[in-house]
Amino acid sequence: MSPASGIVELGGVAKKFGDGPPVLADFSLTARPGEFLSLIGPSGCGKSTLLRLIAGLTDVSAGELRVDGRTPEQAAAELAFVFQEPTLLPWLDVAGNVEVPLRLRGATRATRAAARDGALRLVGLAGREAAYPRQLSGGQKMRVSLARALVLAPKILLLDEPFGALDEMTRERLQEELLAIRAQQGWTAFFVTHSVAEAVFLSDRIFVMSPQPGRISAEIAVPLPQPRTAETRLSRAYQDLIVAVTRRLRSAEPATAA
Amino acid sequence: MTTMAKIRKNLPPVLMFLLAGAVLLVTWIAVHHRLPEHLIFLLPTPGAVWAAAGKEAAVLARATFNTMEGALLGFGLAIAFGSLAALVLSLSPLVRAGLMPYLMLLQLTPIPVLAPLLVLWAGAGLPSVALITFLICFFPLLVNTTQGLVSTDRQLVELFRMWRAGRWQELWRLRVPAALPYFFTGLRIAAILAPIGAVIGDFSAGTSAGDGGGLGFRAYYYSTQAKYPELYAVVAITGGLGFVSMGTVMLLSRLALGRWHDAYARNDS
Repeated sequence: MSPASGIVELGGVAKKFGDGPPVLADFSLTARPGEFLSLIGPSGCGKSTLLRLIAGLTDVSAGELRVDGRTPEQAAAELAFVFQEPTLLPWLDVAGNVEVPLRLRGATRATRAAARDGALRLVGLAGREAAYPRQLSGGQKMRVSLARALVLAPKILLLDEPFGALDEMTRERLQEELLAIRAQQGWTAFFVTHSVAEAVFLSDRIFVMSPQPGRISAEIAVPLPQPRTAETRLSRAYQDLIVAVTRRLRSAEPATAA
Repeated sequence: MTTMAKIRKNLPPVLMFLLAGAVLLVTWIAVHHRLPEHLIFLLPTPGAVWAAAGKEAAVLARATFNTMEGALLGFGLAIAFGSLAALVLSLSPLVRAGLMPYLMLLQLTPIPVLAPLLVLWAGAGLPSVALITFLICFFPLLVNTTQGLVSTDRQLVELFRMWRAGRWQELWRLRVPAALPYFFTGLRIAAILAPIGAVIGDFSAGTSAGDGGGLGFRAYYYSTQAKYPELYAVVAITGGLGFVSMGTVMLLSRLALGRWHDAYARNDS
């Protein structure tokens, strides 16, 4: 596949803040439409910075970054970001929170309601429209955060450890649901995580990153068949991949690290 | 059953409140009876205070009304200008660094020093009382609201930027609602200070001309006349005003924030 067909293309991207050491150096990567890519690596390897670059929240210091054939700023409408914290507006109920991005774009009430209902159904929160964030569990809040990202029908979803603060059971359920939603909508995902198991379960490709400066130290394809379900986690292929990625991750860490 | 549980849950605080009041009253009366004759004016009995208040009812009612007028006017001015100034200060750290020292000067100047000037500028009575109340209430509202406007969650600001929100959208849909809990904290402090400010203002810049002055002027007058039971009545009324003012603002904050803010919410979830 030619690089021109990538929906997100990074060529020799470098990033540094002020006079500090480079956070990312000579970073190249091409995401094909509909791909699920995970970024995994030790703290300080620039995973989150990479997402922020693609989101247009900060500019590249050097190199080429194209999102949907344009600059991240121009492609803003195709991008949605999900943080580790649900980052909901506590003064709005669930419906209000999911509608915020549409409201900012001046969408009509009918458009907002239709998109909001669709997004809430996708994340399994239909019927909770009137609840306020303080009345929701951590998992439910993350579902609202996901719905708010999906309500824009993005082409690219950027997820920065979205399930990192959740308990194991909630986390696995949300992983399965995220893949089910992706099967319906076909967006491209950049998923930052600290969990090898999570990366293997979700991804088409995993990029193991190493720090100082951040770069790709290994790229691992995940040939597990779709759809992936709870059953997938019991398969030999899945377990073997976890071992393989863990080995790569160990060798990516500095030798002095404990 | 649930009503019974509710009563049982709420009874102890109410009981404690009444009990503390009773203890206070009994102590008061006990001390009164043990005071030597020539010092008894220091602590008149609650009955004597009540009787004095009854005798002066018309004058005190008029003074209470005048003080409330000044307090409300100054409080309202403080809300309007405090919020406006907070919006300006929230624009940038540079604006804050440049303007804050001047605004602090307002707070650092003692009222008795300012009062003669204010009387010169605005005239004695209500205008000066309202201005002094304004000066006292302005600062806590300004500081708290500014703090709220600049404390917006950074990730939420980034999301709004990604959603291409304009500056005004970011302000009205994100920064202002996020600052509301801070604003109400300032409002609670200002609500306590407003009646105090009006009384101090009246004391320093009030006048008996025309409307008979406010509670501050009454306090001054009664003290010069050695009318101590009447003075105690003024103390009680002033305290009462503070309670009403504070209670009203607490109610308002609960109405405004109760549904979404944990600190103001009833335990309904």
